[in-house]
Amino acid sequence: MKSTSKNILNSTKQLSRRALLIGALQLGIITALGARMRFLQVSEAEKYRLLAEENRINVRLLPPSRGLIFDRNGRPVAENLPNYRLGLIREDAGDIESTFTKLQNLIYIRPKDLAKARKELSRVSSFVPVTITENLSWANFTRVAANAPALPGVFTDVGLTRIYAQKENLAHVVGYVGPVSDYYLKQIKNPDPLLQIPRFQVGKTGVEAQMEPKLRGSAGLQRVEVNSVGRIIRELKRVEGNSGVPIQLTIDSKIQNYALARLDNLSASAVVIDCANGDLLAVGSSPSFDPNLFVRGISSKKYNGLRDDIYGPLRAKAVQGTYAPASTFKMITALAALEAGVLKPDDEIFCPGHLEVFDNKFHCWKAHGSMNLEDSIIQSCDVFFYSIGQKVGINKISNMAKRFGLGIHYDLPLSAVSRGVAPTREWKKKSFDKNWLLGDTVNASIGQGYVLASPLQLAVMAARLGTGQIIQPRLIQNINNVTMPQEAVKKLDINPDHLALVQRAMFGVTNRKDGTAYSRRIEANHLRMSGKTGTSQVRRITAAEREQGVISNEDLPWKQRDHALFVNYAPANNPKIAVAVVVEHGGGGSSVAAPIGRDITLFALTGKMPDPQHYPEKLREKIQLEQKNLAPKLIDWTSPTVMERTKV
Amino acid sequence: MSYLEYNLRTVPSGFKKILALNWPIIFLLIVISGIGFAMLYSVSGGILERWAQPQMQRFFIGMVGLFVLAMVPIWFWRNMSFISYIFTVALLVSVEFVGVKGMGAQRWLDFGFFRFQPSEIMKITLVLVLAAYYDWLPQKKTSSPIWVAIPIVLIAFPAFLVLRQPDLGTALLLVVGGGAMIFLAGVHWAYFITVVSSGIGLAIAVFHSRGTTWQLLKDYQYTRVDTFLDPSRDPLGTGYHITQAKIALGSGGWTGRGFMQGTQSRLNFLPEKHTDFIFTTISEEFGFVGSITLLSLYLAVLVLCTLSGLANKDRFASLLTLGIGTTFFLFFAINMAMVMGLAPVVGVPLPLVSYGGSAMLILLLGFGLMQSAHVHRPQSK
Repeated sequence: MKSTSKNILNSTKQLSRRALLIGALQLGIITALGARMRFLQVSEAEKYRLLAEENRINVRLLPPSRGLIFDRNGRPVAENLPNYRLGLIREDAGDIESTFTKLQNLIYIRPKDLAKARKELSRVSSFVPVTITENLSWANFTRVAANAPALPGVFTDVGLTRIYAQKENLAHVVGYVGPVSDYYLKQIKNPDPLLQIPRFQVGKTGVEAQMEPKLRGSAGLQRVEVNSVGRIIRELKRVEGNSGVPIQLTIDSKIQNYALARLDNLSASAVVIDCANGDLLAVGSSPSFDPNLFVRGISSKKYNGLRDDIYGPLRAKAVQGTYAPASTFKMITALAALEAGVLKPDDEIFCPGHLEVFDNKFHCWKAHGSMNLEDSIIQSCDVFFYSIGQKVGINKISNMAKRFGLGIHYDLPLSAVSRGVAPTREWKKKSFDKNWLLGDTVNASIGQGYVLASPLQLAVMAARLGTGQIIQPRLIQNINNVTMPQEAVKKLDINPDHLALVQRAMFGVTNRKDGTAYSRRIEANHLRMSGKTGTSQVRRITAAEREQGVISNEDLPWKQRDHALFVNYAPANNPKIAVAVVVEHGGGGSSVAAPIGRDITLFALTGKMPDPQHYPEKLREKIQLEQKNLAPKLIDWTSPTVMERTKV
Repeated sequence: MSYLEYNLRTVPSGFKKILALNWPIIFLLIVISGIGFAMLYSVSGGILERWAQPQMQRFFIGMVGLFVLAMVPIWFWRNMSFISYIFTVALLVSVEFVGVKGMGAQRWLDFGFFRFQPSEIMKITLVLVLAAYYDWLPQKKTSSPIWVAIPIVLIAFPAFLVLRQPDLGTALLLVVGGGAMIFLAGVHWAYFITVVSSGIGLAIAVFHSRGTTWQLLKDYQYTRVDTFLDPSRDPLGTGYHITQAKIALGSGGWTGRGFMQGTQSRLNFLPEKHTDFIFTTISEEFGFVGSITLLSLYLAVLVLCTLSGLANKDRFASLLTLGIGTTFFLFFAINMAMVMGLAPVVGVPLPLVSYGGSAMLILLLGFGLMQSAHVHRPQSK
């Protein structure tokens, strides 16, 4: 028994030793755990607290309402219309299919929309609202809302969608909005978080695109507490955003509308500018398109139709299109020659119907005989200008053109505003690496060859010719009810006698019996206009063709016909407006462009359908007939406008 | 060495046994479980019926069991130890065939009115059988290879079965707990050095087997280890558990966000917030003060258990007490280490706090055995 006791003693002793060892190890591990707790919860607490907040709080953006766009008289151009939407939350709906069936008994839902909604519902978490259909009529919207108790999970809400009530009328000016493209997002460095909102719309072209920062406004913020799957538990804070600011254009929708109607779906453009301050009253490009198509997403078939149309409805021809100004450029050549002293006002030049420069024969449209400057403008004699153009040289002509607003860029909030070309020797060298030839000057002196101008520039030129002042075009009258500051209009640095001579000649064009646009004159004394026609040659006429007799425009394919141009200002003695009209491949300036210019001028000056009494007596009957046909094409401004509709 | 060699008359009998219980430990167990109820109430968002109430019921059953076991003389449990081991192994084998799957593993036996995990019972019966074995084995033979091989088989067989379920956490607990028992029994150092070095070798083998035809662990087990080594690698995928747990812990700061104010658990960012990861909620809501308090309570239980074991002159009772203390230690140490990012996520609950019937019952029954050893300890004069 003694040994047993001893064994017990030994074993107990060993057990105690080992137990203490294990105990020490355990204590060590527990100390390490305690140290870890201290590290995480005391030393690193700040870091983890922050991470926990990030987990918990989600910032949501509240999209602002987009700034409205009005014309100069407060007529709505771009507005936000309530977009009545219908959505579904799966977890509240229970049986989705029976809910859909009930919904379809109430209103018509396109099968396409239903399929899309089903697909999305199966993809997202059960508490995420999914839009079923949008742009519901008020009647359908209220019908669903009234039956809401019987439709669990169905919700109605109101968003905003852009609408252009005037449709085609201002498409090229105001442009349109559309959803943000991934490409667009990549282009910008620090994208506004708003752009990431699904279906958020930004300006794509025109004023909508160029004034985007003002129109967009700033996002509101909503801080919400969310759980791990993103469900909102409660709202913590809400900061309302700023809606976009309203913008008022200088455009007069009525004049714009008349101008477009008068262009009658020709491939043409017309610009009306206010001679007092440069306000653009109408910037019309024809044919036009309905910008609303783009807001809701245009079908590729429709889009391709617009894109491939030979008349180019998507092109804003009035500011993007550039054309050889042809005879409308002759005033510039004349003023350059007068200023350079190579031409005296009474100098006469003989026109035999052509002019030979070295071996090249430059033709006139007829043999005018002996002419002075005034006659040469009135009758549009080319030889006269070939001759003085050579003497004055291209750089002086170019300089004069720029002073009258050609070949310079205007900072207007429109897409792709063209600069045009007022060529110089250096310009040709730089652009084509070719030397300027005398023939180029000869061509340029009658506004052909390298000279290019947009209808907008031609209107500015006409305004400057009529007023002798540096008229700067502008499109924005005020932003957020603050009138845009404008510099006082300065006088052009031109010898007043020279200008008066040119103005007299332009008056003659439309008011002297031998003027090229005499038959397009305005008879009413207080409205008489001064103008200049132009027929811009698109193709070269070969010597062989000339032998056989020049083919008339009508016999040529459309694309090869001449452009018809007309610029004018009125009233002649005290210009209020200037107008430029370009009809692509329209034919002669006096026969095609001048009547349009005259009618637009009369409408802009009188603010209503031109009075037949203002026309030459011979034309009145024809005019009345034309007006009868035109009237239905105009917007009926007296009918309830979109303004009323949005108030519903 | 047998207890019978001591004077039987020194052992308390009848109602005196109740007075002889190790009451401080019982008190601590109640406090820790109480913290558990409160936390379960908190993570359920204030719904008592969800987790706290069932847990209380199990705790009550467990406490009754504890007292019953404590009243039964320790020599009875020693005699029962081998039978209970065989019985538990049989249950584990039956899980292989008729087990119910739950949470991706086949661990459960379903008895209709309740289901439980035999692997939990094994944690206690393994301690029992090893204590009995070393009590029976003459001291001199302890370190001889044959007599070392037997306990290794006793440990390895159930550990293998548990690993197949698969339940890496419990297998680890069985191996480490059993190893501690062998160590306590006084097996020669050389064995442990060999085991540790071969363990390192095995770890290397495990990692080399990855992606080969003889892959030793399941893919998800590898992923867990990867995640442990670098949780930030996949913060929304497999690293999510650890990352979110650390955020919850850290954001608690000194004093925590207050009872039921933890955003991480309330907003469901925490996974398994009522079971294995409940410690994160305690830390988030009561901060460093709360988590260190809980750790101290566990330490106190461990210290009292160890003291009782050391004081017990009976080899079986002493080994049993120390073994149960070590098992308890392994529970909370592995759980806390894994939650705090010090160990891979292996699925070991926080003892008495995590929601779960099997673990709660088994722990309380284990402490019942420990109390029996304490009550019936030889009182040498």
